[in-house]
Amino acid sequence: MNATANTANPSSLRLVLTLAIAGLLSGIAIIGIYETTLPTITANKARELREAVLKVLPGVTQMQALVYRDGELVVVASPDKDEPVIYGGHDDQGAFVGYAVPAAGPGFQDTIALLYGYRPGDRQVVGMEILESRETPGLGDKIYKDADFVAEFSALLVDPEIVAVKKGTKTGDNQVDAITGATISAKAVVRIINEAHTEWSTRYPAPGSEPDLMDTEVESSEAQP
Amino acid sequence: MKQNVSREEFLKGIWRDNPVFAQVLGMCPMLAVTNSAINAVAMGMATFFVLVGSSFLVSTFRHVIPKQVRISCFIIIIATFVTIADYTLLALVPGVHKELGAFIPLIVANCLILGRQEAFASRYPTKLAVMDAMGMASGFLLALFSLGAVREILGDGALFGFKLFGENFEPWVIMILPPGGFLTLGVILLFFNWFKTKKDEFLEDVAAAQRSEG
Amino acid sequence: MDNLLWIFVSALLVNNFVLTYFLGLCPFLGVSNSLETSARLGLATTFVMLVTAVCAWLLNTYVLVHAPYLRLISFIVVIASTVQFIEMLIKKLSPALFRAMGIFLPLITTNCAILGLAIFATNRGYGFWEGIIYALGAGIGFTLALVLLAGLREEAELSDVPALLKGTAMNLIIAGILSLAFMGFAGLFSTT
Repeated sequence: MNATANTANPSSLRLVLTLAIAGLLSGIAIIGIYETTLPTITANKARELREAVLKVLPGVTQMQALVYRDGELVVVASPDKDEPVIYGGHDDQGAFVGYAVPAAGPGFQDTIALLYGYRPGDRQVVGMEILESRETPGLGDKIYKDADFVAEFSALLVDPEIVAVKKGTKTGDNQVDAITGATISAKAVVRIINEAHTEWSTRYPAPGSEPDLMDTEVESSEAQP
Repeated sequence: MKQNVSREEFLKGIWRDNPVFAQVLGMCPMLAVTNSAINAVAMGMATFFVLVGSSFLVSTFRHVIPKQVRISCFIIIIATFVTIADYTLLALVPGVHKELGAFIPLIVANCLILGRQEAFASRYPTKLAVMDAMGMASGFLLALFSLGAVREILGDGALFGFKLFGENFEPWVIMILPPGGFLTLGVILLFFNWFKTKKDEFLEDVAAAQRSEG
Repeated sequence: MDNLLWIFVSALLVNNFVLTYFLGLCPFLGVSNSLETSARLGLATTFVMLVTAVCAWLLNTYVLVHAPYLRLISFIVVIASTVQFIEMLIKKLSPALFRAMGIFLPLITTNCAILGLAIFATNRGYGFWEGIIYALGAGIGFTLALVLLAGLREEAELSDVPALLKGTAMNLIIAGILSLAFMGFAGLFSTT
């Protein structure tokens, strides 16, 4: 086999074959790494989600995924893609504590994604955790770095709606002290929670008749990457 | 002699032909992820892995790959390594992966990597190609690190997350924002140019002195 | 509707691809020495971005749901071949249009802004129209940044700049100042 002649004018078959083999080998390598890392990645994601839910709903130790189908909240093992999911949080005894609701919306720079805990019995937001944001470091990022601001969301009435007020002028239980220098980011957080609450509040069953805790834990079933 | 050649290939990437400072390649990840030293280092390591791996494969198979489809083959090889790096980082250090986000897949589009395959790995024996790749990647890592360190120190008053200054330090926030990236790299390039001009002048002086002696 | 507008303005100004994500810097620094070339490159890039958005949406909807791990490699291969195909098509159908932006097309395919667009749109879970609007905003934003820099560079050519600063160093510093100016657009949407 003459290598020089081959490189000078190889047949199209050889070209196609080379690409096909390269593609095949690359496919095998990619699937290999994907299969190897998938369990760890899934576990990481489930742990992250779980930690966030436990953080926004104090007292919760168990959780399950809930979706809104045909007019009621149902427990699902694996939610469909693109289906909005919230999480029901339960304590040690399995008694219902509250919902953890993911929500997102435009912030100052880019989309802010967050998770908030809501106790329908008290009609209160009991915790808030920013999942994703690109707010300005040093100013807008106080929405998750400023412990005082995060603490504002630990007992917050949702009626008639949550309002962000100028720092230090808080008077009611539905008001949040905004952050000096990051008013827009703070207001964005409040707006995102309000919007999500308006959307979900009509879907919650009457307090006391929330879906019971199923045996299946959410993390074991959520296998999607 | 052989040893010297490969060492030369390694060293040229770090300083003389540094991909960022001298060749101005691979700018996108360079600026986007250098808002902290740790991100910069993670990005540098990922690029190192991809560049060395691809150079090794490309150089090993350089006689097998027909010229007409070489670019496609290079891209397939590079994309495979990037995917591997992406999933490995996601599994091992999810926090860092989240910070780097979409910029890890974008290593594929880093002109430095494809450039090295075309200009070096596809023409030279494996050993030299790997040395060249390691040199270039180390140079890139070094550049990323210096930019990341400068920006983190100025913009956050910290290095690798450890606070360097007291409470009274008012961070120069703009440095970890996008404009800071442009400005810092501009100033670093300025220094690089200055150094090069000085060195050239010095070499010329030496040459002139030698001439007058002879 | 509000959402589409936010996506557009965000990609165009607030999160300008070049000035805040640093994508597509190679042509940004390389080609931006004349206004006309910059405008043409920007036009071609916007066009490729639209094609990319459609490709990415098709791939995401029909292929990658089953095999997410092939995302990167299929994006690259499909985008590159589609652009090449369109390049041939334009050459046949409209030589004038080909002369205006054709020579840039192969160059753009390897541009990280294109791949970045596909990846960002996927990560954010954009649908078809959202993707198109996003591509449009990003493309026009790219053109805007390119044209602005080219204009400033043409002016700087005539000024007395220290020799050391000439070239990339000065371009980067100009870009930094532009980027600083674009930061003023942040919050544009939140105040309403």
